[in-house]
Amino acid sequence: MSVLIDKDTKVIVQGMGRTGQFHADKSIAYGTNIVGGVHPSKAGTTLSFSGETDHSGVPGRPDTYEVEVPIFGTVRDAKKTTGADATVVFVPPPFAADAIMEAAEAGIELIICVTEGIPVNDMVRAKRYLEDKPVRLVGPNCPGVITPKECRIGIMPGYIHTPGRIGVVSRSGTLTYEAVHQLTNNGLGQTTAIGIGGDPVNGTNFIDCLALFNDDPETEGVIMIGEIGGTAEEEAAAWITENMTKPVAGFIAGTTAPPGKRMGHAGAIISGGMGTADAKIAALEAAGVVVAPTPTDMGSAMLEALEKAGIS
Amino acid sequence: MKIHEYQAKELMAGRGIPVPLGRMVTTVEEARAAVAPLIGESGNPVVVVKSQIHAGGRGKGRFVEHPDLGGVTVVTDGISGGVGAAEEAVAGLAEQMLGSTLVTIQTGSEGKVVNRLYIEQGIDIDRELYLSVLLDRARSRHIVMASTEGGTEIEVVAEETPEKILKEEIDPAVGLLPFQAARLAAGLGLEGDAGKNGARFMSALAEAAVDWDSDLIEINPLVVTTEGAVMALDGKMGFDSNALFRHPDVEAMRDESEEDPAELEASEFDLSFISLDGTIGCMVNGAGLAMATMDVIKYVGGEPANFLDVGGGATADKVTAAFKIITKDPNVKGIFVNIFGGIMRCDTIATGVVQAVQEVGLEVPLVVRLEGTNVELGRQIIAESGLNVVTADDMKDGAAKIVELSA
Repeated sequence: MSVLIDKDTKVIVQGMGRTGQFHADKSIAYGTNIVGGVHPSKAGTTLSFSGETDHSGVPGRPDTYEVEVPIFGTVRDAKKTTGADATVVFVPPPFAADAIMEAAEAGIELIICVTEGIPVNDMVRAKRYLEDKPVRLVGPNCPGVITPKECRIGIMPGYIHTPGRIGVVSRSGTLTYEAVHQLTNNGLGQTTAIGIGGDPVNGTNFIDCLALFNDDPETEGVIMIGEIGGTAEEEAAAWITENMTKPVAGFIAGTTAPPGKRMGHAGAIISGGMGTADAKIAALEAAGVVVAPTPTDMGSAMLEALEKAGIS
Repeated sequence: MKIHEYQAKELMAGRGIPVPLGRMVTTVEEARAAVAPLIGESGNPVVVVKSQIHAGGRGKGRFVEHPDLGGVTVVTDGISGGVGAAEEAVAGLAEQMLGSTLVTIQTGSEGKVVNRLYIEQGIDIDRELYLSVLLDRARSRHIVMASTEGGTEIEVVAEETPEKILKEEIDPAVGLLPFQAARLAAGLGLEGDAGKNGARFMSALAEAAVDWDSDLIEINPLVVTTEGAVMALDGKMGFDSNALFRHPDVEAMRDESEEDPAELEASEFDLSFISLDGTIGCMVNGAGLAMATMDVIKYVGGEPANFLDVGGGATADKVTAAFKIITKDPNVKGIFVNIFGGIMRCDTIATGVVQAVQEVGLEVPLVVRLEGTNVELGRQIIAESGLNVVTADDMKDGAAKIVELSA
């Protein structure tokens, strides 16, 4: 079991430019079912992908692959023809929010937006548009979602993942990789790893992911990786106290970040004394989360949390 | 991106949002020349001389060169002495302020050099209020926030008297609705003309904030004059840098002299860089990992000299540029390169580091931690380079090594 995506997920790619094609190829090599692309000026054509199979992905495949991916002018056309249930958005920032809303209008249930640098106002409008639609947005400014050996949607290196027992949710891409790598090395593995992104206005939040993992029978524990800015971690801590039945380990980046400065991510800023790492760590610890003192200790923090919960 | 007060007022005036009359000046002569037309137009013999820097607390701030002089000074000489006396006083203040360093609670002890002054008309103030438009992240919407406690920092009000803060959410589908603006005005105790003017002010500002893609507008104080007019006595504005592409007029207001030179240089190479006070320079891929690297350095007893995210698509040239910026800082006693190669391969980074060291030279210890895609190849490139580079197993190990080596 896993959350959000599995081996049956049918994926389209919005924004089949250089980056979109590069990662579509990586995902196909991993075994992801990429059923189409959307690119208005290339509608009606197909794109060929071929190469060596990434055997860290879906098992039981030949050593090479050759795939023809049809390109559509609109998401609606792509959905109608392919029946896709997920999309990954690589569209450039000025047009990305429109791409998200187009996908929502077309009824794509899972929209994963990798694009970094979308204007905040565009995302405020897009979230408003998505409010009453039966769709889920992950991101923007995120590495995507992966269920090891089943489906890779996004830009993460597939080979560091291994199927297992832990759900991972994070605002940071590279810190997700750190956590995943440690979980692979210590044998715990991952059910699904979700990057929720580093923007101040995003779709799926920590609580959504914690709830998904809480309900997933295969997931035995969760690592959540937060950072300075906003109050999403504090809200997650309150939710954990009330609802979480599984052990949680965590890490918060930005203990040394100066106030008023945007630390790379648009959402990583301490403003008006709000959003400090110390406040987030305190809230998580009060909720019983084992908070790793450094990113190197995330894997061992998860082991400790499992042990505390009597899971070996 | 931040702009100056006078620029914020220029933008507001352009949208019909009431602001006092004023002129920006950069020389003593301009300052003197601004006084007569200002007094003539406003009919008020009082003028105010306001230092223009990108930091708050200017009124209470003091100049390094003139410890008794505040960054915002009211000139009343015109009341009894006429325009000539006001001109003399303003010129005298401009002489002292221009080129001097103003230290406020927000500038840090090094302060900021004042290169521009805003000469503004005096206002007969009845009440001072607070108004801002900002993003409520938890709600994913902008809100208008108002308070009767004008002139006080909003963080202090939030802490001591949170019930005095009024909020209205802006629905992006319809904007701030007239009844919401009226509710805010009533909540601030504005009645009659002042009530109407206040509501009109808030509606106009809320609409403008969205149109401008501002990420914060703070009017503190918003004043009610003795005649019932409502106007912005101060104006602090920041803009979403991701949206500047559709606001060339705002982008043209950027004052690069207000920015950290190293951060400015880094931005030209599309590097995300922030200067800090410590001694360990860091080069990292990914914003979260870069922040966490600073934290680990502190955790093992060191102090980071910077935040630096080279990004996911770093090339050897970008790595070289990053190295140059780090080594320019005289405080740097050691450098820690911490890379988790995902899509970016470790051999690319290793090649970049070797190239950078050969080009820039290396006078301080360097610790490199590589993990992820092509890690073996990357480590081999570092080992075979013959450079004096210490390798690390993980980021905690690497941080401990660089802190020890640079001690």
